[in-house]
Amino acid sequence: MVRDMTTDSPTDNSKLQARRSFLRGGLAIGGAAAAAAATSGAALANGDPNILELKDWNQYPGDGVDARPYGAPSEFEEHVQRKSVPWLTADPISSVNFTPLHELDGIITPNGLCFERHHSGIAEVDPSEHRLMINGLVDKQLVFTMEDLMRFPRKNQINFLECAANSGMEWRGAQLNGCQFTHGMIHNVMYTGVPLKTLLEEAGLKGNAKWLLPEGADASGMTRSVPIEKALDDCLVAWKMNGEALRPEQGYPLRLVVPGWEGNMWVKWLRRIEVGDKPWHHREETSKYTDLMANGKARRFTWEMDVKSVITNPSPQAPLKHDKGFTVLSGVAWSGRGKVSRVDVSLDGGRNWQAARIDGPSIDKSMHRFYFDFDWDGSELLLQSRAIDSEGYVQPTKDALRAVRGENSIYHNNGIQTWHIKKDGTVENVEVS
Amino acid sequence: MSKFPKLIVAAMAASLLTGAAFAGKYKLGREATSEEVAAWNIDVRPDGQGLPEGSGTVSRGEEIWTDQCASCHGDFGEAVDRWPVIAGGQDSLASEDPVKTVGSYWPYLSTVFDYVNRAMPFTEARSLTPDDVYALTAYIMNINDLVDEDFELSKANFAEQKLPNEKNFFDDDRSSSPVFAKTEPCMSNCKPEVSVTMRARVLDVTPEDDSD
Repeated sequence: MVRDMTTDSPTDNSKLQARRSFLRGGLAIGGAAAAAAATSGAALANGDPNILELKDWNQYPGDGVDARPYGAPSEFEEHVQRKSVPWLTADPISSVNFTPLHELDGIITPNGLCFERHHSGIAEVDPSEHRLMINGLVDKQLVFTMEDLMRFPRKNQINFLECAANSGMEWRGAQLNGCQFTHGMIHNVMYTGVPLKTLLEEAGLKGNAKWLLPEGADASGMTRSVPIEKALDDCLVAWKMNGEALRPEQGYPLRLVVPGWEGNMWVKWLRRIEVGDKPWHHREETSKYTDLMANGKARRFTWEMDVKSVITNPSPQAPLKHDKGFTVLSGVAWSGRGKVSRVDVSLDGGRNWQAARIDGPSIDKSMHRFYFDFDWDGSELLLQSRAIDSEGYVQPTKDALRAVRGENSIYHNNGIQTWHIKKDGTVENVEVS
Repeated sequence: MSKFPKLIVAAMAASLLTGAAFAGKYKLGREATSEEVAAWNIDVRPDGQGLPEGSGTVSRGEEIWTDQCASCHGDFGEAVDRWPVIAGGQDSLASEDPVKTVGSYWPYLSTVFDYVNRAMPFTEARSLTPDDVYALTAYIMNINDLVDEDFELSKANFAEQKLPNEKNFFDDDRSSSPVFAKTEPCMSNCKPEVSVTMRARVLDVTPEDDSD
């Protein structure tokens, strides 16, 4: 039995029941529910009707080629969507929604499910009218068309993009029931583009070039100051994601890729890069994306996203739907400072840990997929995951972060997440001692 | 880095420019015209680099504010709904409810000018003249009790203006923090007992599904 020290006992049972039925209903569409009933009830006498009875799709031809010239997921997957938290922001034009991590597997995020964050809505840019300018401390100030850019030698790289405010709503304690909402401001994509270094060398950097100011073509004119060392290291000016053109909401036709660093710096609809000798201290690196400490002072230029992980299944939106027995625990881990070298999983709220199994490619500054395959005895569990990166940094507990940063930081919460698995398989976001 | 290599780079750059040869290896793109650079190069730095010619008074700023800003930010910067609060919040940063405004939090006045000029008003960015932006910046200083109502801000006196919270920002030092210890973590019997201290359902702010 998991000891509960929360003072508020759930009195609003009807609401809780409604949530449970919603959670359980997530995948229980028509046939699936019938099948579950059939295999557990008297209908099993002659066998599963899904086997015994002829199905439409088994008898009649379906759509031909070209019926779906750009394919979309099955109608049975319509619940797999980005979702927002409406009370979070004043207006959807300057807001965020969240990647449904609990519905995904492997390490690549499908383009249509990558979370969105806009500061003045989606700019719908005609690529034939789009230009990229490099100005400032260069030998020659240059203008490129999209066609010019696509003639440079290309590079492909898989990187996660995490908003600095991911998990920011959890600084003061467990608040949102679902890893989509607690950890969904992240996606992991293969980008194709030209290294930023190549473009800067084409323009010719002057000796006092120390900082860059990438700027977006949207109505927020997004800008961030980027130190030249990062620009010359691994930044990419990209026009493709997962093999196809960037989606409008991800910056079509051109965006900056800043591997491992906070998502706000990955300027979308990239139209200009100014080269300077000092940072600009613009709105998104002073008023926003600075980390307020308990003593009222604020940390700035906190670019790297620290080592972090979360269990995506089971989780509040993806409860266990079976009785005790063998099951698969899965999750994702990432670090803005390198690869993930290990992920540990705890079933008892952090008392005891076991190494999880990382499966699939292990790539620098990319999401990693981990599994912990175990036999659930049907008892309550307090699930946690803890990632360790190739630099040796260990994902801290939320309380350890609060002890040094207070609760007003908003940004860079990489603390260990706890999910409480109940005996009935439902899952809740909790904090533990 | 010594100054010597910089001189070499500068000399190389000069020779390339005078020689009219293309600096680039791939010879892609074209040189930007001065008019093109001027059209897009609107950014402003704390030292005043990038400021356009112009000036504006607090009273002129109040007129524009009332007309174009107050519907979201409130008559005196107190904000409507969840739109950003612009004024007030002094001495709140170390409290449980910090209010981060231009007067209480923002380190540099140039950020106000740059942001208003590039992104405000929210539904019609780039519609303000330089004089409008100087006036609005002056008004925002006034409602934060930084200048009197007869103040006029201009390119000439801009760099003299300081915001009170500038000294309270410090550069990233996370890697020296105790939570960043590179030590092998505990694997068994790491704490004597575990209890639940907080549950998300107590607040219950998770969005419900439409189909629920």
